[in-house]
Parts: sequence; structure tokens; C-alpha cells
Amino acid sequence: MGTALVLVILVIGSVVFHVFSPWWWTPIATNWVFMDNMISLTFWITGFVYVVILLFVAYCVYKFRYREGRVAAYEPENNKLETWLTIVTSVGVAALLAPGLFVWFQFVTVPEDATEVEVVGQQWGWSFRLPGADGKLGTADNRLISDDNILGINPEDPYGQDDIVIDGDDLHLAVGQPVKMLLRSIDVLHNFYVPEFRAKMDMVPGMITYYWMEPTRVGTYDVLCAELCGTGHAYMRGTVLIDTDEDYALWISEQTTFAEMSTDKKIELTNLGDP
Amino acid sequence: MAEIENDSLPILPPAELEEVELYHATNFWTKYVFSQDAKIIAIQYSGVAISVGLIALVLSSLIRLQLGFPEMFDFITPETYYQFVTMHGMIMVVYLLTALFLGGFGNYLIPLMIGARDMAFPYVNMLSFWIYFLAVLVLVASFFVPGGPTGAGWTLYPPQAILSGTPGGQGLGIILMLLSLALFIIGFTMGGLNYVVTVLQMRTRGMTMMRLPLTVWGIFTATVLALLAFPALLVATVMMLFDRLLETSFFMPSLVEFGDHLSYGGGSPILFQHLFWFFGHPEVYIVALPAFGIVSDLISTHARKNIFGYRMMVWAIVGIGALSFIVWAHHMYVSGMHPYFGFFFATTTLIIAVPTALKVYNWILTLWNGNIHLTTPMLFSLGFIVTFLNGGLTGLFLGNVIVDIPLSDTMFVVAHFHMVMGVAPILVVLGAIYHWYPKITGRMLDERLGQVHFWVTFVGSYLIFFPMHYIGLVGVPRRYPELGDAAFIPDSVATLNSFISLAAFTVGIAQILFLYNIFRSLRKGQPSGHNPWRATTLEWQTAQTPPGHGNFGPELPLCYRWPYDYSVPGASEDFLPQNDPGPIAKGGSA
Repeated sequence: MGTALVLVILVIGSVVFHVFSPWWWTPIATNWVFMDNMISLTFWITGFVYVVILLFVAYCVYKFRYREGRVAAYEPENNKLETWLTIVTSVGVAALLAPGLFVWFQFVTVPEDATEVEVVGQQWGWSFRLPGADGKLGTADNRLISDDNILGINPEDPYGQDDIVIDGDDLHLAVGQPVKMLLRSIDVLHNFYVPEFRAKMDMVPGMITYYWMEPTRVGTYDVLCAELCGTGHAYMRGTVLIDTDEDYALWISEQTTFAEMSTDKKIELTNLGDP
Repeated sequence: MAEIENDSLPILPPAELEEVELYHATNFWTKYVFSQDAKIIAIQYSGVAISVGLIALVLSSLIRLQLGFPEMFDFITPETYYQFVTMHGMIMVVYLLTALFLGGFGNYLIPLMIGARDMAFPYVNMLSFWIYFLAVLVLVASFFVPGGPTGAGWTLYPPQAILSGTPGGQGLGIILMLLSLALFIIGFTMGGLNYVVTVLQMRTRGMTMMRLPLTVWGIFTATVLALLAFPALLVATVMMLFDRLLETSFFMPSLVEFGDHLSYGGGSPILFQHLFWFFGHPEVYIVALPAFGIVSDLISTHARKNIFGYRMMVWAIVGIGALSFIVWAHHMYVSGMHPYFGFFFATTTLIIAVPTALKVYNWILTLWNGNIHLTTPMLFSLGFIVTFLNGGLTGLFLGNVIVDIPLSDTMFVVAHFHMVMGVAPILVVLGAIYHWYPKITGRMLDERLGQVHFWVTFVGSYLIFFPMHYIGLVGVPRRYPELGDAAFIPDSVATLNSFISLAAFTVGIAQILFLYNIFRSLRKGQPSGHNPWRATTLEWQTAQTPPGHGNFGPELPLCYRWPYDYSVPGASEDFLPQNDPGPIAKGGSA
């Protein structure tokens, strides 16, 4: 009796906690509302299964508890029941998988009009690079990294000259403009994680990973690292802002390009070299 | 007697193998230390596994101290926090659960349950334990070397695992970890081959594969998985050792560490992840399948009813085992591997949910129309059903690639895998200890202490891990010693974290009750007799309790029936042991 009761309380308690819990996901800031919908769908299906099965267990524990003289049934198999359970379960699983894969296809299909934004992670901070006026990012390589070229941009590549490099400052994105986030690391694994974006992906030294999204809500968001990257992992923070078109245009006009930075550096060095 | 469709064996077959003379120990050392008796080796394995598990338990309390009450304890820095997390995870998964289920329960139960006098290779069995013991010593030694143990996370992902930004990365910590794993795998391979050969070759007459108790099926299949999966980890550990010590670049691309260009180049960090999870996912089932098997036997015995759908249960175990080799990259949805892998691995992962769900149904349908004795082993089995169901269902979130993207690397994942491969198997381990302790010692564990132990452990664990999912939903990442300032994390998360920590301490302290029960009952427990649970399987039918050297008397038992003849209509008792020719013998006389 007591055991069955505890099981029932556990089921009710879990459902009540779920419904009234103040802990829920952050308001979304991108187009990936499908992901939230998929989580909701999964909660409905699995929650239903959880409640039904546990209540059934509680019922069995109560109804068939040991009594003097009770004789358990002898039923090794029941093919019909087992077949039905297999079918019902398969249908439930397919109901989760099919829409999931459908949305995954959208997630891995980057739209043509997406602009590229590069995020570079290193222990323990973020840098960013935007393609500049030509709309194309220049190539880059970890082996080219130096004090003057913190992102390892290829100086020979003409596309790289007008790239905008943002080091130690916030990233801005324009609302409504799909972006392909190109992710790069110069030391260990990191993961560019903004909870409100929903999407996330590891950054792996030696390769360029990516995901795409369309920012939909103007605001300021925290950037965290979601892949263990050493002792500073929890402190590897940044900020990304989703701007209106006007704010974005204003911000981008104030940024310096790779070419300007190199010239600045050269001038600085020349000045230092002067007697 | 009802006709059991899958249990037709017209006559007992003749013995395939002659009885082999056992190694007879003559002194204390060969009897209890360098023992070749599987039962002693089982106790050695279990003793070491549980001891090192207690270290992991203490580490988990330290983790919860930090998460529940950040900035209160000066000795917990990010460095030590990551070391605690790493060692806790590795110990629990490999050195506790794998060693306890296979080395502990496997050694004790396989020979007894299949009606054999010992393992096929007793000497190799002994070596297996001692190499495991050495692996544990190397692991524990890493706590005492300069720089301490590795803090790379139990997944040991390169490049950070062997670089200076990670605790132990440039010291001895990571080297000892990798060496210890390699030793563990060598030791396990010896034991594992032994278990497989024993099950295939040494079953007593009449003990067909389809008459094996599900405990043996679970341990047997898990062992096969381990034999196929651990080599991938061995390869990965050796290659990473080379990368660390010889500056090879198997897993290391060219990279710049704090401004310094390192000499590495051309390696792939993702290759390591594939190797690791090619081992790591079957590893989940290496822990789960023995738990599935054991819990089936506990439920059947204590509900006095045959397990429902035995053949389905066997094929589900085998099917899950096979599928577990083609789902590994669901741990890598956000790793940057080719996105089209997502379609394949999400599909295989969700398919594996079907046989797993069938097992859950069959446990519950075994309860249906049973005569349920709410003994401590039965309570732990019910606790397993709840936590495993919970963890299995959240697996449907994380297995479905698009749902995993937002939840990956958050506390939701931590809650999920603790529920499904932490709490659930450990509840089975505890239930199994209450169940088989009488056979191992001849005395019962104290039932009242056992019930208290169960309720605190079960309810406490649920209160730890159920709310933790919601911290993950908020978006809180895992492996953060403190949350710091982030606009999306409300202050209430800290309150919930403190609550979870208090629940964790309660569960931790409750285990003292269990240890007290174990040691006290050795002398003061009620004498159990040979078969206190009135169970059918052969280990309960031995002439001595605890079973003597050679397990059975002068004659090996013969097997006449499947292991689940409980409450057979027309039988005088509510159970028919497997070696009972019974009123209507299926097998005929020997």
C-alpha cells in the first residue's frame, strides 16, 4: 500500500513540478522555434508514457501485493500482446523521429543568402571576423598566427584584406539576416553557445565547423563555452548583440579591417623604431 | 504443467566434456589472496570496486559542495573541481560499475548459475583480478603525484587533455590515467574471454542457452560487447600516450597554445571522439545489460511469477547489444562531424528504444498477476524501473539529433545519464547484493535497515536528478564549477542547486547504513539456509551455503527446466528449481 502510494505521489509530484516549475528555457532569439516545438512534442509523448507506465506499476504493486494463499498466474508468453506493444512503441518512436529528421534537414541546409560570420575560440576568450565589403572571408590558418595577426588570416589572400576583425569586443548581428556561423579554434575544443540561439556547435582546431540561423529578436545575449576547454572553461564569456538594421550599419562603419590593422601596426612599429 | 513453448528438450544430452580436476588451494595465500576460485575472485573484485566506488562517492559530494554552495570552500578551485569531476566519472563508469557487474557478479554467478564447478580458466581469472587491482592502484596513485590527477573530463578529449590549460595535462595525471585504462582493458580482456568461454562451454547437462537465467544472458552479452568495444579505447589511449610523450600527432592538429606554436600538426581531435564513443556507447550497455538481466531475475523471484516473454527478453538483450555498436556518434551531434551523420545516428538511436521499451513492458507484465513480496531486492527493482524509465525517456530527447542541439552539453545531459546509467544500475547492484548476500555469506542482511536504505537512496536520488533536468532546460552548461553572471540564469537556480546538494549528501550518508548492514550481518545476520527466497536457479540449490570449493557436491546438478518455473499450476510448491525433475519431468532421467 505504502509503496504504491509513494509511486503515485512521485508521478503526480513530477507532473506538478513540470507544470509549475519556474525553470524553463529562455525566450528564443532565432528562427529555431522548431527545436522548442520538438522538445515540447517529446515532453508530451514521453510524459504520457511515463505517467501511464508508472501508474500501472503502482496499480500492480497495490493489487498483486503478497497475500497469504495468493497464487501468481503462470503465463510465459503472450505473442499477441507483445506484438501490439512493439507496434505501438514503434509508432511512438517514429512520431518523434520523423519530424526531428525533417527539422534536422533544415538545420543542415544553409540558405544561399546567409552571410558568413567567423567565431574564433581560444583559451579563454572569443574573437570574431566579418567578411567586409566584398562579402567574403579570406582564408586563415593557425600556423599564420602571430602577435600582429591574431586570427592567422592569410595576408596573401585578397579577400582577407577587408575582413573586419573584432578582438576582445562584442559581436553584433543584424536582425532578420540569416548568418552562417563559421567556427574555428586555435587551441583546444570550444563550443560557441548562446542559449537563446538554441543552435550550438563545437569548434575544433584544424577544421572549420558551422551552423546557420536567422536572428529574430533584438537584444543582448551572453556567449558561453559549452565544451570543456580547461580550467578557464566556465569563465570564457562574451556578448553578442542582435541589432536593428540601422544600429548594425552604424556599428559596422566603426570597425577596422585587417588591412587597416596591419598598417596601424606597421606605423606603430615604424614610430617605435624612430630614434 | 503448462507447456512452455521455448523449453522443449526431449532428453538430457550426454556430457560434452569430462569433468576437469580443479586447482586445489593448500594454504592461506593460494586460497584467499592469489585465489583461483571464481567465488573468491568475485569477492576480491567486488571489494576493490566498491572501495574505489566510495572514493567516487566522496568526490561526488565535493562536486555537490561546490555546485550547491559556490565560493564557500577555498580548497575547491576550478582545477580541483575538474579533477573531482573527471575522477568521479571515470571511476563510476569503468572501475566501479564495469568491474562490479562483470568481475564481481559475473565471477560469482556465472559458474553457479550454469552449473559449473568454476570458470574455464581459473589461473587467467586470477591474473585478471590482479591486473585490475594494479590498474586501480595506478589510478589512485594519480591523486598523489605533483599536479594531481587529470581534470580533462572523463571523456579525455584531446587536445586539451594533454595540454597545460588542463589540470594534469602536462604532468603525470593524464599519463597515469591512460596507463591505468590500458591495464584495466588488459585485465578485463582476460576475465572477459573467460566468462564467454565458460558460458559457451561449461554449462551443465540440460542447461541450454534458452534455459540460461537472464542474469547470465545479460552478463554474457555485456562481456561480448566489452571484448569488442574496449579495444577501441585501448587504441585511443595508446595513441594519446604517444601524442603526449613522443609528440606524435594522432589527435593533434597544428595549434597555438597561449601564443606558442606547438610542434603538433595534421592530427584529428574528432578521430579520438569516434574511437572513444565506439567504446563509450557500448560501455553504457556493458553496464546496463547485466542490470537488465539481474533485475529480471529479482522481479521474477520476488513476484513469484515467471518472467514475462523470456524469449523476447533474450532477443532484446542480444538486439540491444548489436545495435549499441552503431549508435556511438549520437554523443557527437555537436562535435562538428559531417552533419549528415545526424540522420543515420538519430535513426539507429531511436530504433534501439523499441527493444529497450519492450524490456520495460515485460518487467511490468511480470508484476501483473504476480504475488509481489515487497522485500528489499524487490523494492530496489521497482526503483530501477522508475529511474530507468525516466532516463530512457529523456534518452529520446537526446537521441533525436535536432532536440539534442539545444540540450547538448547542458545539465539536462548530466541528469539524463546519471538517471539511466548511474542511479538505475546502482539500484540493481544494491538490490542484487541484498538478494545474493545470503548465498555468499549464509546470513541475511537486516531487512529493516535495508528498507530504510532503499527509501532514502531511491527518493533522494530522484530528488537530485529529476529537478536537474530543468536546470539544463534553462540552458545551464555542464562542467561549470560556478555559474557566474549570466542574464539567462535566474537566481532561483542557485537555490535549486543547494537543494540538490542537500539531497545528495543525504543519499551519500545513507550508504553508511548499507555498509554497516553488510559488516554487521556477517556475524549477527539471521542464518539464511540454502534458499531463503525460494528461488529456482542453480546457485540456490547448492549443498553448502556459502557454496564450497567446486560449487556443487560430488555430482553436478542436471538442468530439467527453464529458470522461471514459479507458481506452476499443479506443482506442490510455488517454485520448481531448475534441477528438479518435477512431477512431469521435461528432460527424462539422466
